[in-house]
Amino acid sequence: MKAKKSPAERPSRSMLFVPGSNAAWLSTVQVYGADYVMFDLEDSVSVREKDTARLLVHEALKSPVWAGVPVVVRVNAINTPFFRDDLEAVVSAGVAIVRLPMVTDAQMIRHLDAELGVLEGKYGSVPGTTRILAAVESASGVVNAVAIATASPRMMGIALAAYDYAMDMHTTHDAAADESQLFFARCAILHAARVAKIHCYDVIYADVNDTEGFLREVAVIKKLGFDGKSLVNPRQIEPLHNAFAPTPEEVERAHRVVAAAVEAEKVGMGVVALDGKMIDAPIIAAAHRTIRLAQVSGVQVAGGVR
Amino acid sequence: MSGWQGRVPTDAVELAGLVPFAGPAPSTQADKDARRARKVVGSLTEAISRSGLGDGDTISFHHHFREGDLLILQVLAEVEALGIRGLTLASSSLNACHGDVVGYIERGVVSRIYTSGMRGTLAARISRGGLLPHPVQVHSHGGRAALMASGELRPKVAFLGVSACDEFGNANGTSGASRCGSLGYALVDAMFAETVVLVTEQVVAFPNTPAVIRQNRVDLIVVVERVGDPSRINVGATRTTTNPRDLLVARRATDVVEHGGFFVDGFSIQTGSGGAATAVTDYLGERMERRGVKAGWALGGITGSMVALHERGLVGRLLDVQSFDLVAASSLERNPGHTIVSASEYASPAAKAACVDELDVVILSALEIDLDYNVNVLTGSDGLMMGASGGHCDTAAGAKLVVVVAPLIRTRIPTIVERVTTLITPGSNVDVLVTDYGVCVNPRRPAVAERLAAAGIKVTTIEALFARALEICGRPRAVETTDEIVGVVRYRDGSVIDVVRAVAS
Repeated sequence: MKAKKSPAERPSRSMLFVPGSNAAWLSTVQVYGADYVMFDLEDSVSVREKDTARLLVHEALKSPVWAGVPVVVRVNAINTPFFRDDLEAVVSAGVAIVRLPMVTDAQMIRHLDAELGVLEGKYGSVPGTTRILAAVESASGVVNAVAIATASPRMMGIALAAYDYAMDMHTTHDAAADESQLFFARCAILHAARVAKIHCYDVIYADVNDTEGFLREVAVIKKLGFDGKSLVNPRQIEPLHNAFAPTPEEVERAHRVVAAAVEAEKVGMGVVALDGKMIDAPIIAAAHRTIRLAQVSGVQVAGGVR
Repeated sequence: MSGWQGRVPTDAVELAGLVPFAGPAPSTQADKDARRARKVVGSLTEAISRSGLGDGDTISFHHHFREGDLLILQVLAEVEALGIRGLTLASSSLNACHGDVVGYIERGVVSRIYTSGMRGTLAARISRGGLLPHPVQVHSHGGRAALMASGELRPKVAFLGVSACDEFGNANGTSGASRCGSLGYALVDAMFAETVVLVTEQVVAFPNTPAVIRQNRVDLIVVVERVGDPSRINVGATRTTTNPRDLLVARRATDVVEHGGFFVDGFSIQTGSGGAATAVTDYLGERMERRGVKAGWALGGITGSMVALHERGLVGRLLDVQSFDLVAASSLERNPGHTIVSASEYASPAAKAACVDELDVVILSALEIDLDYNVNVLTGSDGLMMGASGGHCDTAAGAKLVVVVAPLIRTRIPTIVERVTTLITPGSNVDVLVTDYGVCVNPRRPAVAERLAAAGIKVTTIEALFARALEICGRPRAVETTDEIVGVVRYRDGSVIDVVRAVAS
């Protein structure tokens, strides 16, 4: 049985999509340093390649190349004829996280949870260790986000997918033009994620060559509070990680907050002050998050990487 | 009686052996037609005839137009029509566009080749053996200049394609239609060839200054319709890239440059060709601005990216032996800090001073690198010649920090091998290898490894990367070769460092 590292301990800024039918990428794409790699069996794989991709992904998951790396696989939706085969192929190969597309309600997650339990038993995985990432792509999914996010202890994250959602809302998705049409959906899944204490991923940005537009969108979702974003090309990883990296000043300040908190605890003071301002628990928690992010981003502060 | 007559005591012992003045020679300069006819001839055939080219002689060319060269095949056609045979073809390099040279070899027009490299069908056919009567002599750019200086390679006629020259033969690569930019390789031919034929698209008014190839080295001038297609200069080796793998390697290589110990104000760098190597230039600009470090000069094949750094004030001077694209070619004309160096000044071990010896950092590519850091840039994993020696071993010998960039795996074949198929640059001259799977430092350079580690760069070993590659690809079967030697690899000093054997069919 494989021990799986809890997703909560890992940075989760980037989730790189890799078509499950692309054999070359399945064996090489881990070099780009994405926080998560997601092998896709769904939209990027044509119907006549579904079997090929499933087989390739199964073999890739078992390959030493991916040993110790928590891989996400996007299976086909529950109501497709591919779903069960997909799920069996990836669970039998020890997948860490299953991304389920087209999630509209909590019942789907409970269904997946049960199926995973059966397959874990069949293939000798530790029960309950296969995690779930739910992708919300419709009005009902967005409205039911809290129920979905809290539907199973396997839930590690929730993600928004813009194109189907926009169509469901009788509009179209044009990332470069305007983000207002996604504002409600973004806020809804973000609140759900925070209620459930899981990760929250934003939509893909399809135009790989438009770095400026990509970074504009990244700035918006970072400010909203997203953990990260789904990516379609390795070239988007570095700009995303750089945008999420705290500034040296933020890191410096976070270290001072933590030091003040430690000091206050030592002398038994309930209230912490720094530079004459009160520091409470959420500020200390945020400081810890900043320091963790700085460590994974390699941010240098005076005196080197802390 | 003219004033000069009767003045010289011809029988004086002090003047024994000297020739008395016999009156001014009729000036060729006064008569416009005579003046033109002195050098400008009507056709390539006439130029070849007047040059005295005969069987077994050596003809030389430059490869500044790279994949756009149109001259070698034009000259070979005329040479064959004149019935001349058994020539040595000495181009500074050969490319995929020279596939038709195969026919001239088969028909006995060409029987020996000196070149820095070969690609395409010509390279494949020679590599399979049984074509060329003598093995190809593969030299570096600096090594070619040294072979010419030593006299081993002494062209009877150099045919040098230029976009424009005046009627005396003053030429540069920056005027006229088909501009190739630097003429650094051609300068060596102009220096050493017995007869220099400029093949130009246009004769412009004297003086065509600033001239790179000078009138006092030029014997004959021929006008042809086209000598080369400059739009094909950056086809092949010198492309810019959006390939994420190349960009990843480039970013890591830039980290290595930044923290390898030579990233200080006034440093010098050469970034070479190849997707990752050229991308390093772009990343380097960002680092230089962020850190407030400026380069003193950049050397070698100059790209548009390097010109951009120069124009932003980040690189003081550009020493250009070869313009890798049209941006670089036109920069030579407008930027006084961007100048040409000959292949001899660039890299010749026989020169009284070579720029490579002053170089701090060089980024180089590799087709294969072995566990002892030896590099092959000539033969592919199928054993066929497909690359060029270029300035690889020259710059590696001179530069203080030699960074080789390569993907760990190319379509299922590991780049790291136990023993390179062909040795071009000895591993003792290589400091760092940057791949998409990690960075490793030659154990001969512990100080570099320490500096990189101190900067937070993860350093692994070449053995670990090799193991990783095998884990993914398995161990490739060795290429079978015959006993026939099809290539002789000359190190920059002229010594033989390796041979290429024919691939068994």
